[in-house]
Amino acid sequence: MAKTARRKQLEAAALYPLDWVEERSGLVGYTKWFLFRKVPHDISWAQTLGAAALTAFIAQVLTGVILAMYYKPDPANAYPSVVNITEDVTLGWLVRGMHKWGASVFIILLFFHMARTFLFGAYKYPRELNWIIGVLLLVSGMLEGFTGYLLPWDQTAYWATVVGINLNATAPFLGPFLAQFLQGGLNIGPDTLPKFYSLHMLLIPGLIFALIGLHLYLVVRLGVTSPPWSETAAGREREETGAREGLIRDPAVEGGEV
Amino acid sequence: MSEPQDSHQVPTPSLWPIGFAIGVACILVGLVVSVPVLVVGALIALVFGFLWVRDVLKGHPVTSAEPAPEEAPRAATVGDVDASVDRATFLSLATIGIGGLIGAGLTLPVLGFAVLPSFDGEGVATKDVNLGPITNFPEGEYVIATFLDDPDQGEVSRRTAFIRNNGPTDAGVPSFTAIYSRCVHLGCPVQPNGPIDEEAKKEVNGVELRPVLAASFGCPCHGGLYNSEGNRQAGPPVRSLDRFEFSIVNGDLVLGRTFSVGNVEGTGANARIAKYYKAYPGVHVDGVERFLYPIPTPGSTGN
Repeated sequence: MAKTARRKQLEAAALYPLDWVEERSGLVGYTKWFLFRKVPHDISWAQTLGAAALTAFIAQVLTGVILAMYYKPDPANAYPSVVNITEDVTLGWLVRGMHKWGASVFIILLFFHMARTFLFGAYKYPRELNWIIGVLLLVSGMLEGFTGYLLPWDQTAYWATVVGINLNATAPFLGPFLAQFLQGGLNIGPDTLPKFYSLHMLLIPGLIFALIGLHLYLVVRLGVTSPPWSETAAGREREETGAREGLIRDPAVEGGEV
Repeated sequence: MSEPQDSHQVPTPSLWPIGFAIGVACILVGLVVSVPVLVVGALIALVFGFLWVRDVLKGHPVTSAEPAPEEAPRAATVGDVDASVDRATFLSLATIGIGGLIGAGLTLPVLGFAVLPSFDGEGVATKDVNLGPITNFPEGEYVIATFLDDPDQGEVSRRTAFIRNNGPTDAGVPSFTAIYSRCVHLGCPVQPNGPIDEEAKKEVNGVELRPVLAASFGCPCHGGLYNSEGNRQAGPPVRSLDRFEFSIVNGDLVLGRTFSVGNVEGTGANARIAKYYKAYPGVHVDGVERFLYPIPTPGSTGN
């Protein structure tokens, strides 16, 4: 008896700060809403690919932030600073390697995640918007790859970017202007490197953060889909996802008028 | 405010914003091109902006037709007398308007700063490159010249030209073919198809010269093939290889800026070169397809 009372006391003490935060912000409730969700019982590892891609992105952000502390984005110092990171800075070879190979891991996971969504039909109503956001995320991820490739500022970086920019230039009408904007002038030169650096570490990551936020919000709101072979899902009534609540145009009323 | 009245608040379609946008565009162009264009653009933007604002304010006779019942006991204000816009509408319009002005004031300069410098004439100054005495170039034979286009940038600016001394023209002027190694498909470095004479390699002021027996040039990326004059023979390229302008200063061969070539008729000193402004790889400079690229980008005009 005494033990239970003591236990209750401890629980109250542990929960008090959480209650304090919850009462003033509602954040605990939102976190529960985000994390503790019901999912179909027959999901598998295939549904974890999105979370894996998210983890890969977080790894890129962490390693990228640290690399930015040692990298120097100007034409004279870029390559020497990359060499310095790789050869001199303690553990620099590891963090740079994580960032370099992690980039490929991120893109590969995006494609696996996309393939799972497509093959499971998880892009269908009401999740079409989340597919569209996912495609934008894929494009942003590839732009990260394109802009990041120039940063070592060696011959590989230079020629890969030359070809990438010239691909853009072949687009009719606006292509040459897009290429010139990307180059920051008529050639790839001193203005191109800082421009790509800024795009690579500020603009596009910000865009990806925003898109991931929307993507996750929709995942939580609409729930996880069962695989197409799920027997429990097959004969079941459509579950109320909340998607049709608060439609601006009430389909029932409009149907009645016709 | 009751529901049906909301529908009256939707502004009618108007042409003034388009005029305003044209004015802003003129301002941006004027920033680069000339001050008179800037002034004209500012005037257009001001006039159309004024007309637009007047139109927006005039287009909202919200409560004039049937005043909402709960407003009746309220004491008359100045707003009721000289304008048909009620307080709430006025405040929301003012918020949107001021917010829009602040937003435009922040966004337009930033956007202009982000985009326009790329088109502000020559983004990267091309420097003339001295390849050394013309006696280093045997007549009728290609020499691979690699050099730093801009030594300040270091190795990344290393470029390659294929130089052939054509001997004097009929007029007695020295003639050279100076082909730029960049493939006009997507910009990979083109290679000469033939054995390089590494033993005859020379270094002149940091410029590396290697004679090569080349009758054609090939691109390793997608198989583009060019003949000895740089004309396309096979593969995806859309025009002939770009060339360097050259001059001879005190007996030295000096390379200037690059230009694009539509087609080369004839060979060597008597070749007729269809010269165009410098264009991006993959961009057509002649034929029907040139109409897909009607406006040369600023800076490519070789001013």
